[in-house]
Amino acid sequence: MKFTWFNLMPWPYLPDDFREKNHSVWVDIDQRLFDPVKSNAVYNTYMDLLEYADTLGFDGVGVNEHHQNGYGIMPSPNLIAAGLARRTKSAAIVVLGNSIALYNPPVRVAEEFAMLDCISGGRLVAGFPVGTSMDTNYCYGQIPALTREKYAEAHELIIKAWTTREPFAFNGRYNKLRHVNIWPRPIQQPHPPVHIPGGGSVETYDFCIDNTYSYSYLSFTGYLRAKALLQGYWNRVEERGAPDKSPYRAGFAQTICVAETDEEAERLYWPHIHYFYNRCLHVYPGFADAPGYRTIKTIQAGALSQYAPPKGFGELTWKDLTEGGHVIAGSPETVRQRMEELIKGLNVGNIFCLMHVGNMPADKCMYSSKLFAEKVMPKLRGLFPEWESDERFWCHPIATRAVPGSLPAAPTTAPGAAPRTPVPAE
Amino acid sequence: MQSKTVETRHAPVRCLEGGSGEALVYLHGAGGLTENDPLLAQLATKFHVHAPFLPGYGETAECATLRDMLDFTLHGWDVVEALNLKNPILVGHSMGGMIAAEMAAAAPNDVSRLALICPAGLWLDDHPIPDMFSLLPYELPKYLFHDPEAGAKLMTSGLDMSDPKFLQDYLIRNARQMGMAGKILFPVPERGLAERLYRIKARTVIVWGQSDRMIPPVYGPAFQSAIAGAKLVTIPEAGHMVILEQPAKVAQAIASLA
Repeated sequence: MKFTWFNLMPWPYLPDDFREKNHSVWVDIDQRLFDPVKSNAVYNTYMDLLEYADTLGFDGVGVNEHHQNGYGIMPSPNLIAAGLARRTKSAAIVVLGNSIALYNPPVRVAEEFAMLDCISGGRLVAGFPVGTSMDTNYCYGQIPALTREKYAEAHELIIKAWTTREPFAFNGRYNKLRHVNIWPRPIQQPHPPVHIPGGGSVETYDFCIDNTYSYSYLSFTGYLRAKALLQGYWNRVEERGAPDKSPYRAGFAQTICVAETDEEAERLYWPHIHYFYNRCLHVYPGFADAPGYRTIKTIQAGALSQYAPPKGFGELTWKDLTEGGHVIAGSPETVRQRMEELIKGLNVGNIFCLMHVGNMPADKCMYSSKLFAEKVMPKLRGLFPEWESDERFWCHPIATRAVPGSLPAAPTTAPGAAPRTPVPAE
Repeated sequence: MQSKTVETRHAPVRCLEGGSGEALVYLHGAGGLTENDPLLAQLATKFHVHAPFLPGYGETAECATLRDMLDFTLHGWDVVEALNLKNPILVGHSMGGMIAAEMAAAAPNDVSRLALICPAGLWLDDHPIPDMFSLLPYELPKYLFHDPEAGAKLMTSGLDMSDPKFLQDYLIRNARQMGMAGKILFPVPERGLAERLYRIKARTVIVWGQSDRMIPPVYGPAFQSAIAGAKLVTIPEAGHMVILEQPAKVAQAIASLA
């Protein structure tokens, strides 16, 4: 099993009446709700928590990309990842990921990911999402019906840039480059492992199967609702005659809160769960799916009620969220049982543990993370013994890695010159 | 109106046809076109009307090989060619007006009469056009119609805006149509037309609904001043869907070109 500690980096100061008074948490969120001075502590605490997760023995620390979003203040995950590459020792740096259609040219991603891999000593796990419609279309202006074509071209260019050892010309529809020749290139060969966040389209299933990439389903609605989607993926893996059904071909994001007892979990974490599920997820439905972004088939299968005139806001309760599986919370034993149900039920080897939720303060987040790492994680490690040696979907760090902060003592005289020693007489 | 299909390089194109008189080609807006369109009925009393569906609209399938403004412009001329027409009166509403203006600018010697009905294609920083792509169905009527309540009834054929049948049909149609329209209208409905309008030689009439809240009437003079000799007709008690709210007056303005 691979457990990645994840933080969406929500802004923790959205007002109580945020939903009632605001159009959307994403795309056109009120600028004045962000306080740059307060963000100094917010960012540093969030980065400290990611570093803390490394010391607890999580397999990875995860970051992702959102734009103009009140529950994800990380438009550049690579900046955070660069900090983590320096300040963490063992954990994989899971960047899940860069929305590659948004980078111009996308060789920028090939270069930055290569830098992260080099700085971290081969600890990068690379994610290539198409990006949500909010980020990709409404914030970054990509034409919805052309987004997937542009994404496919960006992917082709990045992989080619990573794996070709001679300068080459790339005559794409969206990228015309006469001299592609990235410098640096990644440590991991032929390239770092790739994870693809997806939302249930067959095209994305096939893309992962064909390229031996891991398929990740990143939702906030929990494992019970994810069953059908991931079953669709596994059916497709079988249909396409993929050589195996290794659980590492799939990943899943789950909100997790651990305390000594179930009662303590509710008491400690409910305010923050409430903040996230009842306040942060207030996205104007018109931004969810720009026409042309999804296929007709996906729309036919989708829910419609959000497009009707609104009838006020529902409030999800602790009971709704824990019983519905959005949140796995409770004592270490409760969490272990439900995690086992999730892992076996979905057949997933990569778990993106959403351990920081909403406006959770650092101490509660550390308490929950430590309990999970010490009392839950070890009991889940051996769930797929037959796949323990499957290393296709995880990073391969070099054995001897540079230690940050290892400069020699500051020299007091010109370094490198040979000491002045008398020349022996002939 | 009758309906037929003509073959073009990129896609088979469904086309409504009716009336008799001089040939007129009508290019619909981003919201699409129906067989019982009242403006087409009005125009058919004086002209031989041809109204092609853009790929993604009506029964015309989506077309992945039409990607940018030049593709749309040349496809427009491909359709005129496939219909075997020479120098038809060219009429376009909203997105169709943008395409018609581009066609007239690209081939100024092939079109001598042009009618632009609240066309898209220009952008004035002081008068931003609403983000039509993110608007939900129940929000649209107030942007599209002079009388939003009556307009909502036209949009839903009397169904409620929360009716699942309406929403399902609307979303699928919207994804096909606006997905295609987005190639020239998303995220800002401007693709450099202002740099090309000077080339138009056609006698041009520009028609605007006085209460247009989608592309506000201030865009009328912007088009008029960029096209030599263009006439501007502003129609009261009509919004962006002036073609539904005041079809007779629109037809009258177009007839002044004949």
